[in-house]
Amino acid sequence: MGMTMTQKIIAAHGGRDSVKAGELIRVDLDLVLGNDVTSPVAINEFEKAGFTKLFDKDKVVFVMDHFTPNKDINSAMLCKRARDFARKYAITHYYESGNVGVEHALLPEQGLVAPGEIIIGADSHTCTYGALGAYSTGVGSTDMAAGMYSGQAWFKVPSAIKFVLKGKLQPFVSGKDVILTIIGMIGVEGARYKSMEFTGEGLSSLSMDDRLCMANMAIEAGGKNGIFEVDDITLAYVKERVSRPFTVYKADEDAQYDEVYEIDLSQIQPTVAFPHLPENTRPVSQAGEVPIDQVVIGSCTNGRLEDMRAAAAVLKGRKVAAGVRCIIIPATPLIYRQSMDEGLFDIFMEAGCVISPPTCGPCLGGHMGILAEGERAVATTNRNFVGRMGHTGSEVYLASPAVAAASAVCGRIAQPDELDNGGRG
Amino acid sequence: MKVKGTVFKYGDNVDTDVIIPARYLNITDMNKLAEHCMEDIDAQFSKKVQAGDIIVAGNNFGCGSSREHAPATIKASGVSCVIANSFARIFYRNSINIGLAIIECPEAAAAIRQGDQVSVDFAKGQIVDETTGAHFQAEPFPAFLQEIIDKGGLLNSIK
Repeated sequence: MGMTMTQKIIAAHGGRDSVKAGELIRVDLDLVLGNDVTSPVAINEFEKAGFTKLFDKDKVVFVMDHFTPNKDINSAMLCKRARDFARKYAITHYYESGNVGVEHALLPEQGLVAPGEIIIGADSHTCTYGALGAYSTGVGSTDMAAGMYSGQAWFKVPSAIKFVLKGKLQPFVSGKDVILTIIGMIGVEGARYKSMEFTGEGLSSLSMDDRLCMANMAIEAGGKNGIFEVDDITLAYVKERVSRPFTVYKADEDAQYDEVYEIDLSQIQPTVAFPHLPENTRPVSQAGEVPIDQVVIGSCTNGRLEDMRAAAAVLKGRKVAAGVRCIIIPATPLIYRQSMDEGLFDIFMEAGCVISPPTCGPCLGGHMGILAEGERAVATTNRNFVGRMGHTGSEVYLASPAVAAASAVCGRIAQPDELDNGGRG
Repeated sequence: MKVKGTVFKYGDNVDTDVIIPARYLNITDMNKLAEHCMEDIDAQFSKKVQAGDIIVAGNNFGCGSSREHAPATIKASGVSCVIANSFARIFYRNSINIGLAIIECPEAAAAIRQGDQVSVDFAKGQIVDETTGAHFQAEPFPAFLQEIIDKGGLLNSIK
């Protein structure tokens, strides 16, 4: 019987010719990731277990991105714990301060992930790297500790849902609108334990930033991973960043899927997810009058260069509405520098936005933009659970950078074509 | 092993942000974190919960973040078992890895009520609602996972 992309990668890393959905197997890992929230817990478990070596100091990555720049003493202690451990074990890829970015924007950019690899990360949005045709998934700190020591992890081989993409996105519509639409369609547990495999001729109109955003939110449909078929766009992206050899896996013609959906990209509209679940989606055109207090444009979902450009295209020559706080968070130092060099910061500052250093910060209600009781935010982040960005009586609406920027200008949930000149500054 | 306790019942999609809000994740002592367990969905939980008590919930329990702090604080609260219609996958594997007892049993998850006295016999996979007298049978874990559980968690199993 044929295998899906994910099943092929798992089989190859488990020393097997084939695997079947539902089997439990141990596989070799190419990379183990943790952040400032999850690494210290992993380090505690690692030391409690009596481990004294890493499987490979080049394949363990620590990214201090959640509560950094350190928001308080406890957060500073977490980073110190991770930093001391990284020094003791001479971990090659330790990121903090001047070289740190939001982990799932940083790793692909730095060439740390490649097609066909298996990556586990103690962060649920580790599924992002499926955009490159890797099998990557979020795990807990104990899995991270076990991975750091043994270079292995256990997995239940997932079955898959196939999304065949066709057509081309309309202007002001992005990968974020596609994945929100899909989550609205299948629900927050629609892909529970499963792979979401993206394929079809429509891929050719999706940039790597679109794909990274879509794979990132596979977890919001309950998915184990999201994975894209590797094409010329992927290979061009990887070629600029990765020098080591890698393997491209393609699903077998006779691979079995639990479900197959055909998605016509030309029919996707600007979409917003209402509180308090990412599945509560509706077209922005049907959002009604929802006044807002804050806009956040950034995160591992939408803090990349194209996101900055999309926001700037809407904000150019316009002002953020009175009473609205608009926070822009370029996800990595490179994206920050590129945005600055392209003049996007001038546009943001003239519009009245504030520009944050790279951090996860407000996305998880950490810092740098916390909501008070009764406040509403439009955010390009990935979760809108109760209390996610602050007070339990606050609300988060998930949308694309273009919609978030248009909402900042209007002071309510809005889409770019509601602005003069069709949103083109 | 057998456990018995009072039931705290919740609905579908109980996410890790309400189990343990991220604003407390600068704390790594699970016993301290337990003071905030379930705080954003049930502010009284940490005051009322007693050793042995049982959480019963609907679909997709533990969805969202990978934070192991979620099952770890539930365990540190004294909860002896979580019974749900279904679990989100990262929460499921974290629970196996750290030794929080979890059981997928749709019939039990649907029938058991808030405040019921429930006992669980893990070896037999038997759940009894002692308040109503109803019996439920859960599927056993696959041998691969039972071995991790029997060895006291993932790290003990790979030593």
